[in-house]
Amino acid sequence: MVPQLSWYLALSAVLFTIGVVGVMIKRNVISMFMCIELMLNAVNLTFVAFSSFFRDLSGQLFVFIVMTVAAAEAAVGLGIIIAIFRNRESLDVDDARSLKL
Amino acid sequence: MSSEQLYCLLLTAYSMLRYIIFAPLAGAVINWLVGRRLRNERFIGIVACAAVGVSTLIAFYLAFNSNGALRSTQPIMDHLWTWIQVGKFRADFALAMDRLSGIYALFITFVGLLIHVFATGYMHGDRGYYRFFAYLNLFMFAMLTLVLADNFLLMFVGWEGVGLCSYLLIGFYLDKDEAAPAAKKAFIANRVGDWGFVLGLMLVFFMTGSISFFDKPGYSVSSALTAISTLPIDGFTWHAIFAGGVTSIAVLLFIGATGKSAQIPLFVWLPDAMAGPTPVSALIHAATMVTAGVYMVVRCNTIFTHAPTAMFIVAIIGAGTALFAATIGIAQNDIKKVLAYSTISQLGYMFLACGVGAFIAAIFHVMTHAFFKAQLFLGSGSVIHGMHHEQDMRRMGGLRKYMPITWITMCAGWLAICGVPIFAGFFSKDEILWKTWSASSFVPAGFNKALWFVGAITALLTAVYMTRLMVMTFWSNERFGADHSADHHQTEHGGHSAEGAHEPHAHKPHESPLSMTVPLIVLAILSTIGGLVGVPYALSSLAGGRPDNYFERALDPVVGHAPESTTTGEATSEVHWQTPPPQEIDGKPAFGPAHEAGGAEHAASATELNEERLFTLISVVIALVGIAIGWLMFQRQPLRQMPRLLENKYYVDEAYDAAIINPIHVTSREGLWKIFDVGVIDGFLHTLGRTIVDLGRTFRYMQIGFVRGYAAIILAGALIIIGYFAYHGAQLLMR
Repeated sequence: MVPQLSWYLALSAVLFTIGVVGVMIKRNVISMFMCIELMLNAVNLTFVAFSSFFRDLSGQLFVFIVMTVAAAEAAVGLGIIIAIFRNRESLDVDDARSLKL
Repeated sequence: MSSEQLYCLLLTAYSMLRYIIFAPLAGAVINWLVGRRLRNERFIGIVACAAVGVSTLIAFYLAFNSNGALRSTQPIMDHLWTWIQVGKFRADFALAMDRLSGIYALFITFVGLLIHVFATGYMHGDRGYYRFFAYLNLFMFAMLTLVLADNFLLMFVGWEGVGLCSYLLIGFYLDKDEAAPAAKKAFIANRVGDWGFVLGLMLVFFMTGSISFFDKPGYSVSSALTAISTLPIDGFTWHAIFAGGVTSIAVLLFIGATGKSAQIPLFVWLPDAMAGPTPVSALIHAATMVTAGVYMVVRCNTIFTHAPTAMFIVAIIGAGTALFAATIGIAQNDIKKVLAYSTISQLGYMFLACGVGAFIAAIFHVMTHAFFKAQLFLGSGSVIHGMHHEQDMRRMGGLRKYMPITWITMCAGWLAICGVPIFAGFFSKDEILWKTWSASSFVPAGFNKALWFVGAITALLTAVYMTRLMVMTFWSNERFGADHSADHHQTEHGGHSAEGAHEPHAHKPHESPLSMTVPLIVLAILSTIGGLVGVPYALSSLAGGRPDNYFERALDPVVGHAPESTTTGEATSEVHWQTPPPQEIDGKPAFGPAHEAGGAEHAASATELNEERLFTLISVVIALVGIAIGWLMFQRQPLRQMPRLLENKYYVDEAYDAAIINPIHVTSREGLWKIFDVGVIDGFLHTLGRTIVDLGRTFRYMQIGFVRGYAAIILAGALIIIGYFAYHGAQLLMR
């Protein structure tokens, strides 16, 4: 049985929804971060699937760009998280609701 | 052809002309910047007098040198710079001194100089000494700009400038309650007049495409007045006033003149203007500024001679004001108020002369009036000074013993204004009355006699009230120092002077210092002999004089060109208007065809001369009878009760309050303020502000700091966008 395009898209949609819901319900900033990564990679999966389906490499090209952005985002995001943790000794985003300490 | 010669200009730039106006400006600036720091009265006084002295010297030099303004037929021009040039509109900052402005500049600078000298004594000890002289010099600058301007717009600059200085100087005594409202009143009344002036100016430009008084070939500027002189004469109809033609211009300009020269209906500011220092009253509100309206009318005589309706209005207003103010003047008790109403009355004479076409007589009266009214005002200033700032004539009397110089000199002014022969006012007033009687060109038949009658009555009243003033002040019993408890005690200086402040009535009146008496003496001499430049032929012929006297010869070119064209036929027949016949009376070419200066003139017929002599005699009798009446009425009873109606100035101020000022106040307060401002403008702004605040209060909850809240908002936004596209995509697919 040859995998269909819709299978990949369904999987991607499920992964993306899990990511969205995770961002919405998790209070731990690391978990939220991981959920964001999950969303990004769900999108990557869509790109690759369409690329293969349409025989067009530009989709895969976009995947590389997204992965680059995700890497940069991870570096900056983790830096922010460490800074927040140092100041507040907590990873709960609800504790970080005011700009001033 | 002759007008070409007259107005073809000397293009050589007489750069000296500019110093006439800029010397006083420099004096004002120096006194304002340096004098206020030094606070040295001697320095301030010398700067101010020197500034005006320079102007005076230059004015006399430019007027009387070998080809000076009063000798040559061509005006002296001084083009400083082109001020405004937009399309066809062009206004230069340029000065011109022709014979008319020359005579004005002469007496303005000379009388101004005397008054400056007088003021150095009068204002001694005042805290605002530097301020006073800075304003006074600034006034000289503005007045000379007004007179020497070569176009309407620059004249208007001077016109506004003198209004401003008048405002500043009326309100000079900051601690005096009536000064500020008086200053405002003068300013506002003048604004009403300026409205007319500006509209007239615009109409002149629309009709002629120029606002210049003179042709300036070198700058390709042509004269608006010459352009108007080629137009047909407007008909003598009331309709012409609103037709937007020459008559409209003339009427609008005359509205400006009524404001500046205190004629009915805008005269109310001048009596109140007496709240200012007395030298100011003498300089601005008697000798110079208030005659600016007459100057403007004579300067624009071409416009007025083309507008018979306007001429008639000018004559009626002039005569009416003369009589009206004279009746009020007879019942006033404040010495300066009497003189103020007298000034209004004399200005009425000048406009009467303009209205019957006797422009030269008007200017002659302006000049003699400048002498004797400045003299009288300065004399009253000397009295006020000597009386320790008492202005109420009811508390004077018998001052001739204490102030002999003031008394003698004021007698000269008194006899001059009454019209006693030899004195200056006699010749000018007599000439105006005679011209009014013999006027045929500009007055409908019969009206000239009525106007003459009004003028004669005014002359009688003038003699009466001036005699009353003199009697109450210098003769009769001494009434000062008697009752201090009297009701309204008018002090002029608010107790600035040390001796006046501490014991106001303890001192005897004293004669004024030399700086005050010398100008008095000079002006008294001028009041006595100043009229001799304009002795009419009817009198001078008795002594073998020329048909035209010096003054007429000098001013002839300015008003000598009259229109050749005549009124339209039906307008003429409608109101029995007599078209100007080109006849001369008494050798005066004022309204005949153009003349060369001093050229061939028809000798007046013997009957006319005899008639004029008869009227001169009548004038003399009127003056003497008036003096006699005044003497008999007030010598014994100086405090005689005058009619209430006159004492209260016919309730004109009250009427204006009720009819104009109160409605404006009420509308402003109840309508504009409480409804429009508070309701509409404030309401709109408050509603707007409140809405914004409410919106902000709502949106504030979006920024409460919960990261997941933001995430939810992003999600919602994304869902909306996706939903939008999904919906449209579905619709596309369905189709």
